[in-house]
Amino acid sequence: MNAITLNDNSLNKVISAPETMTLTERAPPRRTPYFETDQGKNLIGFVATVIKKAIPPLLGMLLFVALWAVIANTNKSIPGPMETWLSAIQLFSDPFYDKGPNDKGIGWNILNSLYRVGLGFGAAAIVGIPLGFLIGRFEFLSRMMSPIISILRPVSPLAWLPIGLLVLQKAEPASIWVIFISSIWPMVLNTAAGVKRIPQDYMNVARVLNLSEFKVFSKILFPAVLPYVLTGVRLSIGVAWLVIVAAEMLTGGVGIGFWVWDEWNNLNVAHIIIAIFVVGIVGLLLEQGLMLIARRFNYE
Amino acid sequence: MEKYLQIENAGMVFNTKKGKFIALTDINLNVEQGEFITLIGHSGCGKSTLLNLVAGLLDATRGLLLLGNKEIKGPGPERGVVFQNHSLLPWLTAFENVYLAVEKVFGGRESKHQLKSRTQQVLELVGLTHAANKLPGEISGGMKQRVGIARALAMEPKVLLLDEPFGALDALNRAYLQDELMKIVAATKSTVLMVTHDVDEAVLLSDRIVMMTNGPAATIGEVLEVDLPRPRERLQLAHEPHYHALRSNVLEFLYSRQMRPKEAA
Repeated sequence: MNAITLNDNSLNKVISAPETMTLTERAPPRRTPYFETDQGKNLIGFVATVIKKAIPPLLGMLLFVALWAVIANTNKSIPGPMETWLSAIQLFSDPFYDKGPNDKGIGWNILNSLYRVGLGFGAAAIVGIPLGFLIGRFEFLSRMMSPIISILRPVSPLAWLPIGLLVLQKAEPASIWVIFISSIWPMVLNTAAGVKRIPQDYMNVARVLNLSEFKVFSKILFPAVLPYVLTGVRLSIGVAWLVIVAAEMLTGGVGIGFWVWDEWNNLNVAHIIIAIFVVGIVGLLLEQGLMLIARRFNYE
Repeated sequence: MEKYLQIENAGMVFNTKKGKFIALTDINLNVEQGEFITLIGHSGCGKSTLLNLVAGLLDATRGLLLLGNKEIKGPGPERGVVFQNHSLLPWLTAFENVYLAVEKVFGGRESKHQLKSRTQQVLELVGLTHAANKLPGEISGGMKQRVGIARALAMEPKVLLLDEPFGALDALNRAYLQDELMKIVAATKSTVLMVTHDVDEAVLLSDRIVMMTNGPAATIGEVLEVDLPRPRERLQLAHEPHYHALRSNVLEFLYSRQMRPKEAA
């Protein structure tokens, strides 16, 4: 951009202007430079905080990639960051291709896994949250369920797969069953803990007002327990997503877990590394999404 | 004297891990309709326990409690309770908190419109029309306590039970709410039973002050008639010799005859 634009008009001004300026003519007041205005200062402050906050995670990532590059350099069977990056670009340039049941784009694989997680986790929520409410509300039920839950909860999710295959006969529902049984516990336990921890004050209000069971549930129990339920849901969805890869490796079909296994058979290590990142990032997104919802229901 | 609220030989024993704990014994008290009674005593003397017996949140292990010649069994909306820590539901606005009570008591008889205007009225009574749509987390402690009072008043209870309602407030706010409470009680002609440990508050507000002995096995030590004319004016009372006489009467009971027990919290 030119500092001075010349056209006929401005040219005339220059030509007709007197050679000297009288001292009485004042220069126009100096405009405040942009970075000294409030707006400019805010911008500088904003950029500074962004940089301050961005530096540590960026540094961490950089270190991670560097370490990875070093390992890839010493062990030739592991592809380095650059090789993986190029492979990922190629992979994600066409995520939804479909060349038969054993060769589908990465997008299809992710969606299929999410679908299974959704079904298994959804069923677990439908069963687990009401169960948690009942266990929290009735001491008898709590004592009744306590030994069963204590024994079943630490069982590795995949130990449930044979039972699922036996009863359900098919691989697809069996993997959903594994998701269900492994992701139900955090929801049951957190909901029950939430119900037990409702402040006595709230229950006294309910008693003084003589509220009906329905009102007690809808106006007091449910809103008071909701943050606990959401914590349970968050933990559960983490578990479900953790388990799906393993379950799919064993049951096959279309899905990110089976895809990893498939690429192992093809000895395409770059794709396996990509899959690890994809699983991690999708898991992170699921969790962050639920955190956002949970924040909405925090009243304190 | 017309007996409205009757407490006869009431006693309360708690079963604790260390065995039986006798909290209250031989409580006898009759309250007239429209009377303002305060219960005063040192911490742990069971004054809140007595209030909870009347509220029905606790069941007396001995004796009999009657309200309007009906035995008190369990809590109910004809006894409006204002809790020490306001106990508002944090996910409901001030309006909704009050409406919950209004709906419960009058829902069967009145239209939604009537219920809403009833809620508006009682919020206006405590001067909170402007904060009706705020959540408890968004208003001050004094305002929360006023919502609590509004909730109790909205049920048009036979007796209003206040459990140290202003204990958590600063002195200025407390004085302000005491004045407000006097006006509200005068306007609604409520029967009030209030727990406090503030001597000035007790003398200012009450018709009678029930002074309790120290626990365990606490009982009513003395009942003081407060015959100051109403409406009472905080500043005028400060120059009133009779006010000071009553005040020192309570102080004398609390600090000379019922010295605060050393182990009390």
